[in-house]
Amino acid sequence: MNLKTMTAATFLCLGAAAATGVAVAQEPQAARQQMMKDVGRSMGALAGIAKGEKPYDAEVVRVSLATISEVSKTFPDQFPAGSETGAETEASPKIWENPDDFHAKAAQLGKDVDATLAALPGDQAAVAAAIGPIGKNCGACHETYRIKK
Amino acid sequence: MKLRRLAAAVLVAGAAGLGAFTWITAPARSASDSWQGLGEPDIGNGERVFSEGGCASCHAAPGATDANRLILAGGAPLKSPFGTFHPPNISSDPKAGIGAWSLQEFGDAMLRGVGRSGEHLYPAFPYASYARMTPRDINDLYGYLRTLPSSDNVAPPHELPFPFSLRPLLGAWKFLYLNDAPRVVLANTDAKIERGQYLVEGPGHCGECHTPRTALGGLETAQWLGGAPNPEGGQGRVPNITSGEGGIGDWSAGDIASYLETGFTPDYDSVGGTMVAVQKNMARLPAADREAIAAYLKAVPAH
Repeated sequence: MNLKTMTAATFLCLGAAAATGVAVAQEPQAARQQMMKDVGRSMGALAGIAKGEKPYDAEVVRVSLATISEVSKTFPDQFPAGSETGAETEASPKIWENPDDFHAKAAQLGKDVDATLAALPGDQAAVAAAIGPIGKNCGACHETYRIKK
Repeated sequence: MKLRRLAAAVLVAGAAGLGAFTWITAPARSASDSWQGLGEPDIGNGERVFSEGGCASCHAAPGATDANRLILAGGAPLKSPFGTFHPPNISSDPKAGIGAWSLQEFGDAMLRGVGRSGEHLYPAFPYASYARMTPRDINDLYGYLRTLPSSDNVAPPHELPFPFSLRPLLGAWKFLYLNDAPRVVLANTDAKIERGQYLVEGPGHCGECHTPRTALGGLETAQWLGGAPNPEGGQGRVPNITSGEGGIGDWSAGDIASYLETGFTPDYDSVGGTMVAVQKNMARLPAADREAIAAYLKAVPAH
């Protein structure tokens, strides 16, 4: 094997690895699970401030709310046909039975969180008052559309 | 000839035994004087007991919210390995509901699983948990239910295949599984843990979903609160809420109380499935009751 062939083979392998890597990252089950983890982390950051465990930080509040807002808009499109099972998904079959209601629930979350973003909570008490109504959306959707494994 | 006589004797003895067993396990009413002297129901406490028991989760129309949760017209079908149950109308309507029931009749249904006509009730109605409730709580709940709206809806009959359609067989089930003894015996309890034990084992009937069942549908109490398959079949698992493997051993008592109040786990995952309705009910209780439940869950044996 000469140097040229070896180099070509190496690049081919790298290319294949990269292609596989991209495929894994784009797997909808993994993508939507990551989105929910991001929302959980954001809710945690907001709740830490609300409970007084962390000092009020306007930037943390803004970024957390923006993350939840972004997820609410892209999340319901992470359930294409063929992603009903696999990767330990906790998605309920009802997502594919009632897609309109599923999208409506995500839209409601987006509406609630965007209203909060527009008038950014200015102190601990305001954060505490805001996360209750936002948090209700989590349970409202998980009640029907998530199956706990 | 001898063999024939023996066979006949066995048959007669068997029939007599079956008859005696059915007689022994026949539905038994409480003594009529056991419900006297309780006084006027405390409606406020009755409302709390209503939340503890989550009556609306099964008896209100599916998806009912706000004021409609208080119309106990009969709820969504409840699937089980034995067939499909239709929760009845328990509104205050005197004909379709239980508006004409006496306190004794209501108490016998709650604590003994005996219906108004003296029939055995199916344990999909969790009287095997409610059997631990105090007469005072029963009286207060009875009073509260009478303040709720009436509905003339008649729920369809249960859809149960033979032999589960035979109610007298439930006498044997009760013989095996109905008692008012504590589910677990705890050392070093205090008033808080005992209150939690009452709420979880009695009106809250948490073990009905969080504990696995035997083939006959009784609770496998050796695995008390250790998690179980979804009792309605299908996908999913009801989580282990002891400190055992896969359980909530790394949650503090404060985490548990906070989850029951807000619906968020310590890492800000949220409540889901049928627990959403339960959590909303728990959020209506006084904080001390959620703390008592937490203290009890930290005290039960790990599975």
